Amino acid sequence: MRLEPIENPTLARKLVPPALAIIATVVITALLAMIAGANPFSVLGLIVKGAFGSKFALLETLNRATPLIFTGLAVAVAFRAKFWNIGAEAQLYAGALITVLLGTGALAWPSFAILPTLAILSILAGAILLLIPALLKTRFGVDEVVTTLLFNFIFLLFISMLLEGPLKDPMGMGWPKSARVLPEARLPRIIDGLRLHWGFALAIMSAIIVWVIQARTTLGYEMRAVGLNRQAAAFAGIPVNLVLIKTALLSGGLAALAGFSEVAGLKGSLTLDLSPGFGYTGIIVAMLALLNPLAVIMAALFVAGIFVGADSMSRAADVPTYLADIMLATALLLMVLAIMLTRFRIVRG
Amino acid sequence: MDHDAPTVLCLDAITKRFGKLVANDAISFSLRKGEVVALLGENGAGKTTLMNILFGQYTADSGSVEVFGNPLPPGNSRAALDAGVGMVHQHFTLADNMSVLENIILGTRSLFVPRLDINAARDRIKELSETFQLAISPDEKVGNLTVGERQRVEILKALYRDVRILILDEPTAVLTPQETNDLFATLKQAIANGLSIIFISHKLHEVMAISDRVVVLRHGKLVGSVNTTDTNKQALAAMMMGANATPPNIAPATTGAPLLVLENVSTPNIGTAPGLKSISLALKAGQIIGLAGVSGNGQAPLADIVGGVHFPHTGTISLNGKTIQKWTPREAVKNGIARIPEDRHKTGTVSDFDLTENAILERYVGAPFSKGGWLNWRKSRLFAKDIIAKYDVRCPGPDTPIRLLSGGNMQKLILGRVLEADPKIVLANQPVRGLDIGAVNYVHSQLLAARDRGAAILLISEDLDEIIALSDIIHVIADGQLSPAFLRNQMSPAELGIWMSGQGFDTGVAHAS
Repeated sequence: MRLEPIENPTLARKLVPPALAIIATVVITALLAMIAGANPFSVLGLIVKGAFGSKFALLETLNRATPLIFTGLAVAVAFRAKFWNIGAEAQLYAGALITVLLGTGALAWPSFAILPTLAILSILAGAILLLIPALLKTRFGVDEVVTTLLFNFIFLLFISMLLEGPLKDPMGMGWPKSARVLPEARLPRIIDGLRLHWGFALAIMSAIIVWVIQARTTLGYEMRAVGLNRQAAAFAGIPVNLVLIKTALLSGGLAALAGFSEVAGLKGSLTLDLSPGFGYTGIIVAMLALLNPLAVIMAALFVAGIFVGADSMSRAADVPTYLADIMLATALLLMVLAIMLTRFRIVRG
Repeated sequence: MDHDAPTVLCLDAITKRFGKLVANDAISFSLRKGEVVALLGENGAGKTTLMNILFGQYTADSGSVEVFGNPLPPGNSRAALDAGVGMVHQHFTLADNMSVLENIILGTRSLFVPRLDINAARDRIKELSETFQLAISPDEKVGNLTVGERQRVEILKALYRDVRILILDEPTAVLTPQETNDLFATLKQAIANGLSIIFISHKLHEVMAISDRVVVLRHGKLVGSVNTTDTNKQALAAMMMGANATPPNIAPATTGAPLLVLENVSTPNIGTAPGLKSISLALKAGQIIGLAGVSGNGQAPLADIVGGVHFPHTGTISLNGKTIQKWTPREAVKNGIARIPEDRHKTGTVSDFDLTENAILERYVGAPFSKGGWLNWRKSRLFAKDIIAKYDVRCPGPDTPIRLLSGGNMQKLILGRVLEADPKIVLANQPVRGLDIGAVNYVHSQLLAARDRGAAILLISEDLDEIIALSDIIHVIADGQLSPAFLRNQMSPAELGIWMSGQGFDTGVAHAS
């Protein structure tokens, strides 16, 4: 069996494999639900209903999608230039850290001043955190997969140390939890009465901005050229290392916005379970979106929907929420396969 | 050759389509025992596809292959080898860190035989190399061999596997004229021993010299099969191109001031590839300097320096009389150097970018293609359209990914990209490698036009015919050293070949440039 590239795939060739991948994911999920002893149809129904079936469910999904859009964008931007940032998790916490460091009283400004300041400083923190692996890569050729991945553990332990020590909330009854940010440093709700904060709008805007950068600016052009063919880019005079560094700054900044948005928009304080792996899930989101910044929004909604839906389903139908993880992993693997099949055909021999 | 000899290989109505493109259109031909058939065709004519079908890399849409009267199962890469068909590829498939002997026996035995009978293998190789006049020492490491010697190892490898049909893909592309003669002697020996040969080439004089019969492909169709004695170079070229091939008419140059001057430039060796050894060279306005030499003798570091990719290790470069301090690709482009890179797929273009994006690759910074970091796609697209029209790039439009273009059209886009900037210096590194005759003539005429506009041109090529046809001045590069300057018609190809093999440098000729 061999793969033969298809030069000009038809529309059917582009649509059928991804559709089959989604169907197969649903079938596999149903089978697993059966093994868990539940009615597969009601489980699937409960997931969809739990994710999108009511106003409350939908808002919950949008809230869950918000950090995933940021981390998905961070990964999409970096991967586009073939800079493998696996450290969105650490960069997210860097943004969250700046937000609680300055938002809990250090800056006692009105909202219109403090929120942009916190956002920008969070971006800087995430950018600087990713600058270190980027410099190690461009100066010494150190593999960024290793450094960014290991930074996640280092940075989480660092946060843990801060939460057990100087950042520990004196009113927190001994929990490793920071103080709450000031009311002025909280992102307001987009519409009064609906539990959806401005972080979501910021995420959508970020996706549009990233799309504009990639499609319309010289920087985006450079990033794409470096990602597609580093050798040709260098020969043409594109400063490859500088482009990689700029990519890292943008990627780290986007991931950090997830941390800012979660603290200022949703949680109000910093804990070690601020992110249930949003940084890693961002990789799945970016891959499902084929690294397209606008598609990242859709992919994040899909992934968030599965998580929120599975939570709700497990309460109603005694099936563990792990089903959500399996569903996502299955969806990703099948989607990667499906995307390959849109570009190659399998030939015998 | 015996006309009643049995047919050993028969291709019958082979058809292969890639989407809309018909790469092979019902191609039939046969090869007799003891015959040399030259497979002649422009690049993209379908030669490689045909050979890939024979070796099971592709499955033909229709048609069949017979070897020694037995049908060959399609899509099985071992079948052809087992049937006694061997191929020597243009790019060698040898392990540098192993000896000739080890390379040859590699893959011929089961991994589970505890002890290889090395001595029997060595004797066999010695015997083969005597029979076929392939002088080689079986215990030498392949990494220490010259290109010509490596090719001999490849041929020995095939002979060791008892091939009866030998296919050679562009075998002379990497050889000096002397090495080519040695190769031909070997091939004659092979025929005398009852082998049959398919010789893939686009060099007409070689085809005339070695083949019994010529099969010509054009645009995937077989356009002619003639006995070599019944044809001539002009007729073959016409068949290959579908029109009369006329070499560019070259008026003498009016040479101007030196534009780019290298003085005593040296670069370190990289692995086994020699660096430059104190080279001095002046590129003058209105002059084509041809750099002849076998690949890997210092052409790459020299091209990198002229193109702004590297700053020389020692020595100086000056541009218009000023010594250069800062030297990057961007500086080179800014200073009017047009760079046609050696590998248009890997360094010249970004395959997944469309024509527009590739057209602005060197000049997207600042006017006219961007302003304040914002790209002007409208102007960029117009520029690409301009190149497409002016340089006759055959493509669906400026939004087509460049990987879908043929090599010739890709090269035309690169030419347009660099020549539209009205360059003062042109670095043309292997500008016509792998192109069809039509595209070759086009590229050559553009280089000559640039020369006549007063540009200084450095033409680097492994094709001696090309160097001799175009150059006002010829230098030979061998082992990182530069020969004295030879004027047009001063040296015969054979004399240049001696320099190319590195011999002229020992005779104490003063180092001029």
